[in-house]
Amino acid sequence: MKRFVYINDDESSPTHGLYCDNRISNRKYTLFNFLPKNLMEQFSRFMNQYFLLIACLQLWSLITPVNPASTWGPLIFIFAVSATKEAWDDYNRYLSDKTANEKQVWIVRKGIKQHIQAQDICVGNLVWLRENDEVPCDLVLIGTSDPQGLCYVETAALDGEIDLKTRVIPSACTGIDFELLHKIKGVIECPNPDKDIRRLDANLRLFPPFIDNDVCPLTIKNTILQSCYLRNTEWACGVAVYTGNETKLGMSRGIPEPKLTAMDAMIDKLTGAIFVFQIVVVIVLGIAGNVWKDTEARKQWYVLYPDNDPWYELLVIPLRFELLCSIMIPISIKVSLDLVKSLYAKFIDWDREMIDLETDTPSHATNTAISEDLGQVEYILTDKTGTLTENKMVFKICCISGNFYGNEAGDASKDKRLLNAISSGSPDVVRFLTVMAICNTVIPVRSKTGDIVYKAQSQDEDALVHAAAKLNMVLTNKNGNILELRFNTLAIQYEVLETLEFTSDRKRMSVVVRDCQNGNILLLSKGADEAILPCASAGQQTRIFNEAVEQYSQLGLRTLCLAWRELKEDEYEEWSFMFREANSTLVDREWRIAEVCQRLEKDLEVLGVTAIEDRLQDGVPETIYTLRKAGINFWMLTGDKQNTAIQIALSCNFISPEPKGQLLLIDGKTEEEVGRSLERVLLTMRTTASEPKDVAFVIDGWALEIALKHYWKAFTELAILSRTAICCRVTPSQKAQLVQILKSCDYRTLAIGDGGNDVRMIQQADIGVGISGREGLQAARAADYSIGRFRFLRRLILVHGRYSYNRTAFLSQYSFYKSLLICFIQIFFSFISGVSGTSLFNSVSLMAYNVFYTSIPVLVSVLDKDLSEETVMQHPQILFYCQAGRLLNPSTFAGWFGRSLFHAVVVFVISIHAYAFEKSEMEEVGMVALSGCIWLQAFVVTLETNSFTILQHLAIWGNLIAFYVINWIVCAIPSSGMYTIMFRLCRQPSYWLTILLMVAAGMGPILAIKYFRYTYRPSKINTLQQAERLGGRFLSLGNIEPQQRLIEKEVAPLSITQPKNRNPVYEPLLSDSPSTRRSFGQGTPFDFFQSQSRLSSSYSRNCKDN
Amino acid sequence: MEIASGPSTDSSAARTIPIDSSSILYEFKQQNLPACKPVLKPSYVITTFLLLGFIFLPIGLTTLCASRTVVEIVDRYDSECVPGAFRGNKVSFIKDSSLPKNCSRILKVRKHMKAPIYIYYQLDNYYQNHRRYVKSKSDQQLLHGLNSSNTGSCEPEESNNGLPVVPCGLIAWSLFNDTYTLIRGTKKLSINRKNIAWKSDRDSKFGKQVYPHNFQNGTLIGGGKLDPNIPLSDQEDLIVWMRTAAFPSFRKLYGRIEEDLKADDVIVVHLMNNYNTYSFGGKKKLVLSTSSWLGGRNDFLGVAYISVGGSSIILSIVFLLFHIKIPRPYMGKTLSSLSRKDVSS
Repeated sequence: MKRFVYINDDESSPTHGLYCDNRISNRKYTLFNFLPKNLMEQFSRFMNQYFLLIACLQLWSLITPVNPASTWGPLIFIFAVSATKEAWDDYNRYLSDKTANEKQVWIVRKGIKQHIQAQDICVGNLVWLRENDEVPCDLVLIGTSDPQGLCYVETAALDGEIDLKTRVIPSACTGIDFELLHKIKGVIECPNPDKDIRRLDANLRLFPPFIDNDVCPLTIKNTILQSCYLRNTEWACGVAVYTGNETKLGMSRGIPEPKLTAMDAMIDKLTGAIFVFQIVVVIVLGIAGNVWKDTEARKQWYVLYPDNDPWYELLVIPLRFELLCSIMIPISIKVSLDLVKSLYAKFIDWDREMIDLETDTPSHATNTAISEDLGQVEYILTDKTGTLTENKMVFKICCISGNFYGNEAGDASKDKRLLNAISSGSPDVVRFLTVMAICNTVIPVRSKTGDIVYKAQSQDEDALVHAAAKLNMVLTNKNGNILELRFNTLAIQYEVLETLEFTSDRKRMSVVVRDCQNGNILLLSKGADEAILPCASAGQQTRIFNEAVEQYSQLGLRTLCLAWRELKEDEYEEWSFMFREANSTLVDREWRIAEVCQRLEKDLEVLGVTAIEDRLQDGVPETIYTLRKAGINFWMLTGDKQNTAIQIALSCNFISPEPKGQLLLIDGKTEEEVGRSLERVLLTMRTTASEPKDVAFVIDGWALEIALKHYWKAFTELAILSRTAICCRVTPSQKAQLVQILKSCDYRTLAIGDGGNDVRMIQQADIGVGISGREGLQAARAADYSIGRFRFLRRLILVHGRYSYNRTAFLSQYSFYKSLLICFIQIFFSFISGVSGTSLFNSVSLMAYNVFYTSIPVLVSVLDKDLSEETVMQHPQILFYCQAGRLLNPSTFAGWFGRSLFHAVVVFVISIHAYAFEKSEMEEVGMVALSGCIWLQAFVVTLETNSFTILQHLAIWGNLIAFYVINWIVCAIPSSGMYTIMFRLCRQPSYWLTILLMVAAGMGPILAIKYFRYTYRPSKINTLQQAERLGGRFLSLGNIEPQQRLIEKEVAPLSITQPKNRNPVYEPLLSDSPSTRRSFGQGTPFDFFQSQSRLSSSYSRNCKDN
Repeated sequence: MEIASGPSTDSSAARTIPIDSSSILYEFKQQNLPACKPVLKPSYVITTFLLLGFIFLPIGLTTLCASRTVVEIVDRYDSECVPGAFRGNKVSFIKDSSLPKNCSRILKVRKHMKAPIYIYYQLDNYYQNHRRYVKSKSDQQLLHGLNSSNTGSCEPEESNNGLPVVPCGLIAWSLFNDTYTLIRGTKKLSINRKNIAWKSDRDSKFGKQVYPHNFQNGTLIGGGKLDPNIPLSDQEDLIVWMRTAAFPSFRKLYGRIEEDLKADDVIVVHLMNNYNTYSFGGKKKLVLSTSSWLGGRNDFLGVAYISVGGSSIILSIVFLLFHIKIPRPYMGKTLSSLSRKDVSS
């Protein structure tokens, strides 16, 4: 499907009005569909459907035990809250849309420049932009102020990248006069709107009298997309091709799939269990009620049962019990959880210790719903570049035609030999520097002070250009296609003929330039060694370069190979034609281009190898050390070379050096090779599983591809067995696949990365963390959490994740506890009220109990801290409790269930006996039982709170006071059912004696059991608590029962022998302190590699096979 | 429990940005509000239980004493007051309105009873809390009389012969109607039947201008009748009856005797045994009881307090023994000597 855009279209053209106008709408609702649509949305959830059903049943007065208001009130309240939130968000979206839509823009209509609102732009309109204007819709450039037809745009809003990007007008439009642009006519053939912001495969044909009738290809380079900003360009003019919500930005706007935490799933499961329990209770009581009615109630003449039952009579009693028991599932739990979850997220946003002081970026929780999952992470999959490292590239050393440059400090730019070679003008060195300086897409911008500032899209290019400048090869100016270089004092000009762009498949980029001095055409290439060295001319020896690459990567440096070739004029002409043809194809353009490029990039003369250092971020080794101690497994997924990856892994505690650690390599080029290698590694893994050895496997992208395709099962087993893995040379989709494998084994995964290539992995993982770093904000935008530095991950998981988990665990179980408590009392009461479904409590109390009295005190549990942050950091093993879900699972839930049953018995037995005989007035007994529940729950919250802040005291005791105040107020209203009841009760000594008795009888055993466990069967948390609070010396925690892991976890759904049987021993992974190992890639790690020569040799074999 | 530490803000000292770091809001945002962190230390827990016991035991004893000072005479009369001929079929006796229902009972006062002495009737196995029953009244009508049409809840005793019933509903319809006359020696004991209902009910729940209307006129006669000339607010028997009981056994106040009864007094009760409890096997009892500060005779609270107090003392002793016998893993000095085995056990 294609669309045809007629430039400068007027009303008479065939496509006028065919496409939508430029009105942007991000709104979900309109004024009219808000209510139905919002309600529909809310009622798509099971819980809400359940509550609606209950509320509707309550309208049938025959069966309702309480006033329907007791369910309708909270239900409407909850719905109103959600709807208001939605409406407010939508209103804000509407406002921002409105400002965008009403922005004034210049367009050309009927040859006249007009000032109109952005929303009135139609497809085909000519839009004029001035410097720093925001682009209102997707435009195809046709003119700029620049004589070369260039303009610069900032695409931060689109892809988060902050560098300036060059955009150029299509060749057909070059040289059109400013005045003529108003009258330009033509047609653009472009695909239907899609969301790919890196691609546009379109064609432009101008109508006479403009130039020729040729088809001119259009790429994304010829467009400026909506929400970008025009920079460094006086004006630009373009044709609107996509407008409104059909722009690239508009199309890529999507609602991300909501993520569900393991905890939510567990809560849902428990809710389901309670629901089943409720149905059972209802059926049993319903049958009992009907039997009692037929045997007993008919004799109770005062009840006056009619002799002829209507047909539905049998259902009445069960339905009454259904309503009576409906509060078993607390209506407030969803609201409470939403509330506390957004508070957890706020705590992350607010956390001062997670602000990157260097760039002043605070951490941010984009997804407010999954904080608990942070505490349950089992696998961390991390990117390397920019995540573990700074992504601040510095050129270090190089190898030029067999000579290794670099002084003792490992800095080539200070190496005398190199400087001498430069000053003497050694041709190899000059060529090498030329490639460094111009084989790139860097834009030099002269700042006001006269300095040259480079705007580079990739950090490597930036490093190379800077290094070249330092070595006297300065890129001074880029004027259209003309590049100006200054070598020593000599000014050199090159004309850029073509740029063969970098793609992750090609792994190299090239430029074709013409030397303006002598007219020679040169091909300059740079790229990864395996992309460049195989293209070397047959005669050249590349062994020395291979060695250089290997040596450099063992130092943990990033290597790039530089190469060049002189082209003959006709060869270039021939190729240029093919290239242009490939460029204008609409189908598979990228692939076609790659193929054409391949034809040119051959017989290269390799000039040398550059090595760029990317320093480790602060605190990375410590963070990894702590998190591994917490039982989290790390996988490194990187696009980098194997040796570099291993080196980085060593230097940041990822793997331990020999003899503690052992690296197992999976390689192979063919299916059988990989299979054999995989089998061997698996065997070793199985045998070493019981030893406290640190075994890791290393796999590269190619072998991974084969393993995933043919040995999925074996690889999955390997994934389960291995605590550490290094996957190098992997593509973004492979990263996502690896996440998928771990997820399919039921592990909780966290993916952390910083660049666009990590986005898929981040979105795939249970938790995606983006580093708002130098590679742009793309990853941070796609992620659930964005942090400034890798080291904040430790705090994010150990502090925020852990607390969130603990708090939600308490909050959710407590919510069930209090609902069950009141429900059990109702059930007990039904046994002494003729199993007829009478409610002991009045409607007002029931409603207030659920939504007010019991939800306020527990909300402040968001401030509870079982252990101080420092203790958790020192004893990260304690995270095990969260990972294994020890605080919220069916057995802890059973404990709360039992507690509510016990408390219900206490309250019920005491109130029926203390208020027997002449005191047995319905309203009074109801209030006594209710007060008992309120008091008990206050003490339960108190007992379960680990640290009391002023807010907790306020909420717990304030709530108790509020309970009395509210009831006194209600009791002062004559028309209320409980008029004067509370006053009467509060005057009776027996009321207070009863309450005291309930509290003592209810809490005594709980306190005793808790104390006994705390003292004689303490959990590790308790031990640490005692150590921390009593000021004793911190003790070593030792091993947290390793075998529990196997028990707690269900068997993975895969039919693999011994799933999840990975080495669960939490030995300290390194004997020496992590801080001594921070220095980068020096000393001991080398020995490791010498002993691992198997690794290196096999690696170089790989290279040659390439 | 011990309050172990004050503000735990050590880490915040290292903060570089000094933005109002002392304010409560800031501390809240950093989750660093000063908190007290109690520890369940043995000494505190043992003391708590011991203290609980020592508070509860005296309370229990006092409560039990108070309950025991109450003198109570309970006389079940439902089966005795059926003439021998009808013993086999009590229901037909009670339903036959032509038969005389009067009955005499003799009560012996065992202990001196101080005025005021409360006269209750007690019903057993009577479900005033039944779902059909408890809702079957109209608060609106009781207060506003015929003006109120909001009587839907009164079904099936809402109207009769097309006319609304005041007071409507099953509760009023089944009004208890046994009457008692007490004679000591030869003199009739005066029973004060005023102020037996709650004042709040008389004043604001039952209308002063509302008179019974069309009450007990149907084919099905429930319980007692009401004098149509007395406003509902003065029909105290009705008001008492309509305060429904929460349990199937309950007592309701009938009246008060304003003079002391001496030990060994013999009281003859002439009663009218009108109310039908026979069809469902309910019991009827007449209760004469004095009152203490806790109300009537009810040993439950006292016994419960004593047993809770006793068990908490036992518990505290058990914990004390534990504390002495079993070394605690965490107390100050022993902490460092702790072996791994202890922790993982």
